Amino acid sequence: MAATQKEPVNISCVGPLNGMASGLITWIDQRFPLMENWRSHLSEYYAPKNFNFWYYFGVLSMLALVLQIVTGIFLTMHYKPEATLAFASVEYIMREVPFGWLVRYMHSTGASAFFIVVYLHMFRGLLYGSYRKPRELLWIFGVVIYLCMMGEAFFGYLLPWGQMSFWGAQVIVNLFSTIPLIGPDLSLWIRGDYVVSDATLNRFFAFHVIAIPLALLGLVAAHILALHEVGSNNPDGIEIKENKDAQGRPLDGIPFFPYYVVKDMYGAVVFLIVFAIILFFMPEMGGYFLEHNNFIPADPLKTPAHIAPVWYFTPYYSILRAVPPMFNSQFPGVAAMGAATMILFLLPWLDRSPVKSIRYKGPVFKWALAVFVASFLVLGYLGTVPTNEWGQFGDWMFRAERATVAARFLTAIYFLFFLLMPWYSQVDKTKPEPKRVTP
Amino acid sequence: MNVIIGLKRKLAALAFLVLLSSASISVASESVKLDSAPIDLRNAASLQSGAKIFVNYCLNCHPASMMRYNRLRDLGLTEEQIRENLLFSADKVGEMMNVGLMRKDAKESFGAAPPDLSVIARSRGGDWLYTYLRAFYRASDSVTGWNNLLFERVAMPHALWTLSGQAVLEVREFKTEEDAIAAKLQTRSFSIVETSGEGDGKRYLLKTTRVSTPGIQSAAQYDSAVGDLVNYLVWMAEPDQLFRKHVGIVVLFVLLVLLVLFRALYKNFWKDVH
Repeated sequence: MAATQKEPVNISCVGPLNGMASGLITWIDQRFPLMENWRSHLSEYYAPKNFNFWYYFGVLSMLALVLQIVTGIFLTMHYKPEATLAFASVEYIMREVPFGWLVRYMHSTGASAFFIVVYLHMFRGLLYGSYRKPRELLWIFGVVIYLCMMGEAFFGYLLPWGQMSFWGAQVIVNLFSTIPLIGPDLSLWIRGDYVVSDATLNRFFAFHVIAIPLALLGLVAAHILALHEVGSNNPDGIEIKENKDAQGRPLDGIPFFPYYVVKDMYGAVVFLIVFAIILFFMPEMGGYFLEHNNFIPADPLKTPAHIAPVWYFTPYYSILRAVPPMFNSQFPGVAAMGAATMILFLLPWLDRSPVKSIRYKGPVFKWALAVFVASFLVLGYLGTVPTNEWGQFGDWMFRAERATVAARFLTAIYFLFFLLMPWYSQVDKTKPEPKRVTP
Repeated sequence: MNVIIGLKRKLAALAFLVLLSSASISVASESVKLDSAPIDLRNAASLQSGAKIFVNYCLNCHPASMMRYNRLRDLGLTEEQIRENLLFSADKVGEMMNVGLMRKDAKESFGAAPPDLSVIARSRGGDWLYTYLRAFYRASDSVTGWNNLLFERVAMPHALWTLSGQAVLEVREFKTEEDAIAAKLQTRSFSIVETSGEGDGKRYLLKTTRVSTPGIQSAAQYDSAVGDLVNYLVWMAEPDQLFRKHVGIVVLFVLLVLLVLFRALYKNFWKDVH
């Protein structure tokens, strides 16, 4: 009778409800580890007290995920995953469903917002070495979440069945057909047809609304469990568990509840204000969050002059386009694009610096990170425009397209940031880490 | 912290450079300058007039199959008014704006089925539509007898020609780009500058349209009519857009109240964290 051995719970509540509430919780607690989980994940989970601005984006990513799931459920009630009905059903949601426009815009703006907060969350990891030992697995779960998000966004983007939906899917599925030997059969298997069609739409719908979200929820749970196992990193990149008081509580830690709960609530409202400004006053974001061409129904006979993915994929799209075809195959570009995401998995073992946080790293790492971020942003920009956007070089450069040459250069920087890291992180002049966290 | 601030500065400078370069590039690549459409979604008279032009002139060939007739009540019309004045292609005000023209027949006549106009303003933009509808000219070499300065060899004939009259293409040659642009600034109607020839024979062609046979309306009246029509198309592309902004203001107000409360809560709890 292990259940009855648990002590009665006494929650500090005022008034006559106190007895009832405590009784209820005791009843539950004898049958389910409620208080145990409450304590280990909230009231007695000690987080470093020196979190700064960058530490809001983890909880904001979770908020964005919840927003996507809730709005997605309501969209599913009215959306028709069928090629002749899909486009009109989205417009039906926009016009006829009460507040359908709000739900749809929350979902479409939410997708971009999700990527923005996740990119900032990942950048925080780069700044403070949050991927370093003992948080390697935490980082790996995070990268898998990021890859799932990319799949989720790709599958979801087909559903409005506009021109960009259709041709974007066509281009991306065709990437798989460049894989040697199995490529053509693989892309046929993904599409379920020889072109993107109703069969493709239906299976992408299935992936978008159930398969990937299920995986995402499981991975997010694993991400948080791993985080709570090793404890949060902080802007100083030192372990708060190394300095504990007599009760075994970290001296520089504060309980997540209530301190970080109230702080994150404040951060969430700031995020929601920015989110609401975009959502209500510029939901298309100048064609970046909702593309103009996607208001034309999908037409398999009319290829748009310029096909570009949504902004969050464009850095990788740039890398894809930058790599020239070799041996009559586009596969090298596809492989480079794949490698650009896969290389993130190796990060915990590439960084050999004696310190974790950028605060104590030397100038080489700082410049490397700054140049890397700039390259990523410019690659992202180049991915949104045609490759002839910047015109051509003169004869001395064989009339090469300027934007393509720039993308090649930046692609090299992207990879060198990772590949040279074992070297430059070791030779860099670091500063000594403090014993305790600094404000 | 200085380190972080230094890095932030570096990143900000780089981001600024990126923005700067992308801004100057997008300006350089914009070769055609569209006329600016007079969009005012609060002007009910303009929207009603646009709706009237739309059902009379556009809705014969182009459907707006995601738009219901009775949604026009949002423009200040009653169901009675809609039924009496605007309901030509359907029996009930609750029906969609569909057309009798079959897609197959349309394809035979025009070579392409006229696109659905429900959300055309969201793919093309108001300025493009406003310019396009004022850029038709007579062309003997096209199937329909019309061509368009903005959309070369468009399949659509000039549906509003009884209003605008018939225009002809005017081409003037200039030796320098400056002269062509100077002359372009003086043209009243939409115009474009193209180049022809190479080397010494290179010429700058200023193409514009001139009304040769007047229609029912003067040039200014026609511009205003097209303005109303495009205003209506922009409204129809998202009928809830004004309501959306109103809701947005309320939501922002609520969030700002929450911001103050949550900030106070946060600061109060964190008083004892040192």
